[in-house]
Amino acid sequence: MKIAVTVNGKRIEEDVPCDLLLIDFLRTHGCYSVKRGCETSNCGLCTVMMDGIPVLSCSVLTVRADGCTVETLEGLKEEAAQFGAFIADQGAEQCGFCNPGLIMNAIALFREYPDPDEETIREYLAGNLCRCSGYEGQLRGIQAFLQWRRKGDAKHFQDPSQRDDRGHQASHADSLLYQEGRP
Amino acid sequence: MNLKAVSKPIRKKDAMALVTGQPVYMDDMIPGNCLIVKVLRSPHANAVIEDIEFDRALKIPGIEAVYTWKDVPDKRFTMAGQTYPEPSPYDRLILDRHLRYVGDTVAIVAGDTEKAVDQALKLIKVRYRVLEALLDFRVAKDNAILVHPEENWESLCPVGADNKRNLCASQVSGHGDVEKVLSQCDVVVDQTYHTKACQQAMMETFRTYCSIDQYGRLNILSSTQIVFHVRRIISNALGIPKSRIRVAKPRIGGGFGAKQTVVAEIFPAFVTWKTGKPSKMIFTREESQTASSPRHEMEVHVKVGAMKDGRIRAVDLYTLSNTGAYGEHGPTTVGLSGHKSIPLYGLVEAHRFAYDVVYSNIMSAGAYRGYGATQGIFALESAVNELAARLSMDPVKLRMMNMVREGQVMPAYYGETAGSCALNRCMERAGKMIGWDEKYPFQDLGNGKVRSVGVAMAMQGSGISGVDVGSATIKMNEEGYYTLSIGAADMGTGCDTILAQMAAECMECPVENIAVLGADTDSSPYDSGSYASSTTYVTGKAVEKACRKLKDQIVAIGAELLEASLEEVQFEGGGVRRLSDGKLATLQDIGTRSMCGSSQTLTVTESNSSPTSPPPFMVGMVEIELDKDTGHVEIIDYVAVVDCGTVINPNLARVQTEGGLAQGIGMALYENVQYNERGRLYENSLMQYKIPTRLDVGKLRVEFESSYEPTGPFGAKSIGEIVINTPSPALAHAIYNATGKWFRELPITPEKIVMGDKDGKILP
Repeated sequence: MKIAVTVNGKRIEEDVPCDLLLIDFLRTHGCYSVKRGCETSNCGLCTVMMDGIPVLSCSVLTVRADGCTVETLEGLKEEAAQFGAFIADQGAEQCGFCNPGLIMNAIALFREYPDPDEETIREYLAGNLCRCSGYEGQLRGIQAFLQWRRKGDAKHFQDPSQRDDRGHQASHADSLLYQEGRP
Repeated sequence: MNLKAVSKPIRKKDAMALVTGQPVYMDDMIPGNCLIVKVLRSPHANAVIEDIEFDRALKIPGIEAVYTWKDVPDKRFTMAGQTYPEPSPYDRLILDRHLRYVGDTVAIVAGDTEKAVDQALKLIKVRYRVLEALLDFRVAKDNAILVHPEENWESLCPVGADNKRNLCASQVSGHGDVEKVLSQCDVVVDQTYHTKACQQAMMETFRTYCSIDQYGRLNILSSTQIVFHVRRIISNALGIPKSRIRVAKPRIGGGFGAKQTVVAEIFPAFVTWKTGKPSKMIFTREESQTASSPRHEMEVHVKVGAMKDGRIRAVDLYTLSNTGAYGEHGPTTVGLSGHKSIPLYGLVEAHRFAYDVVYSNIMSAGAYRGYGATQGIFALESAVNELAARLSMDPVKLRMMNMVREGQVMPAYYGETAGSCALNRCMERAGKMIGWDEKYPFQDLGNGKVRSVGVAMAMQGSGISGVDVGSATIKMNEEGYYTLSIGAADMGTGCDTILAQMAAECMECPVENIAVLGADTDSSPYDSGSYASSTTYVTGKAVEKACRKLKDQIVAIGAELLEASLEEVQFEGGGVRRLSDGKLATLQDIGTRSMCGSSQTLTVTESNSSPTSPPPFMVGMVEIELDKDTGHVEIIDYVAVVDCGTVINPNLARVQTEGGLAQGIGMALYENVQYNERGRLYENSLMQYKIPTRLDVGKLRVEFESSYEPTGPFGAKSIGEIVINTPSPALAHAIYNATGKWFRELPITPEKIVMGDKDGKILP
């Protein structure tokens, strides 16, 4: 079946088999961030945005994406790096295999609930499994990111060299903070 | 010690690549046009292939080959990633006519597309002679049904194995007269505890890509923890020289021990070697659940004897371990059930530790984080909690009285002395964190819910003493940065980063100046691999040793440049300084000098093996809220205090601990493995096999109480495995404190809590 789908801003017109899953279509088009962790829609690793809504690409036929806009982490690099830096600052990325799905869904969370409380975070992301981290580090990263963003909204910035109380070099998150926080 | 890189919570070197979804895993980096390899799996738990017909399968367009037992070498090997000679028996063929569990491999199919291969698999016709299966491991020893009746079965090490008795290993050890001491005790707890064959369930399933390189050698890119062992095992299996094989690993999407066994590698390696064409095999989640290398199911019978005052005098422990259809890691995991539980009690006057490891017709077991210690600690720590109840003593006080202390010779631990041990401090701190004295044992909330607490201690080793080899090659390049090559495998734990931290500390430079090259059998120095909690302790020491020598080499060239003797100069991070006038030969000068008319190398390789395996220690305490009507257990607070010696990277050690606790919580409360009467496994997907979500783990709080391990790099011990060991006994204890019932079989599901165990019995 011939379809037209916009993947990360690029329009693709292609004749695809009716049983082709969106995850496999995306991976053959270079979106390697999209991972398969199960066959039963349980793990959340393959989460992508379809018309702005997070979906499990292992459970969507490619033909259903006809006429849609699909975004993967490859198309959201800056947003991913900005938020991911806070996960990295906790060491909570660990093996990394579940990260793209988690970060896609977290971005969806932040769009839907700009300032979520802990319960909302846990519930919204409950479908994103992680076997390495025990989730606590991810939660700390998310909360640190939200705090940083709140400060950003209030335009309360400090020079990162002044606020590096963690005994290590100014991190990526810090440098982003610095760039964006400059008056 | 004023540390600059070690003990700092720095980011993992690959962190930003991982959070931005870079294509760094096996299936992201290989050519798309390779052969797809899949296997046909046995529907029977015990059967012999009478006849196999695949002409129609071969006619499917795109099918390259179908292989059966007739095509493979008749030489047995083990898939266990262990140092040669492996304690695991040589009991496998690539494809065997005798099938030993539901999921055992019948045939290999390779083709151009997944569709073609799937279609071909359906067209293979097999006539089986179905045999009676041995499904209950409790009756396996000396059973008339033999799982491995074959004559060419072989055990390389004296582990007490005998295939004609279904024995994969059997041994007795101990000290003192345990019967006599037990008879003198006022109280003896005598109970049996049962743990299941839990799955590692790493997010990236097993997978391997193979190709033939320009030199005609078999190249294997695999998601593995053990590149060097893979090389030997493939050589054994295929019957080809090791010199014809190269194994490398990319980023790994989790391992937890699963990838310490050669689960996926054999099949594509065989296909590529036979066809000369590149191929890949990617396990489905169903295959990862049903045909892989989970934890050994164990039944542990414990007798703990104590006096009325609480003094624990004797431990008698017998473990029956179920290795399933094949013996990978069977003889070794079982050892930890006693050797890594009994030493927690330093005052024991006598102990006996006996075990049998038996074959049965279920999926073969393997290595899973904790490796037998998890099972043994659930049993012994539960027994000690039962002892406290019998003595009407606070279990924390009972442990403070009996726990191993620094400087004590640890019972059942090969005569080793606890050179570093802060277990007592771990206990005190954990108690304060959770408020033990106020909360023990329970509080009825009056609304059908009870809040209660539970406690357990744990230990593990740091590498396998006298066996594991860690190595590091460090090289200085002309800009003054370093390349560190290791054979250890970062599987997400961050060992690339913590080893770079150690190198940076030694070389007095920023961690950014150390580039790390991961494991490749052709270019890395030999390392047994990342397992047995060895990398920080064993490989870390090799890094330290290599850096020390490299400094000497740098100083030699620096002294030459400065026209000074070795005594007149000193190494510092940026170069070599002449003490008399402070003149500096920079690393850049030295690097450049080494590349022009120099006979002095700036590369050092060092290996390290340790005669001891100093245990890390920890205490876990949990507070739960139990619903008396539904049996639901909610974790309110889980407190863990760990003594892993010096913490090399507090962030990574913390996340290791939190992750291990979450896995342990899953094991304790819901991760189950059950078979039907024909040997088919029920929990074959992540829908049936429930691993914890972020709604299930409650609040995890981790702190460190560091001792200093004199034999470790910068005083460090291991962290990776110990962290999974406390949840099962601590949760069983908390559930007892809430309900008054002991649960001695895992997982402790709400059904069991409300309705009793599987026979409907509520245990006293």
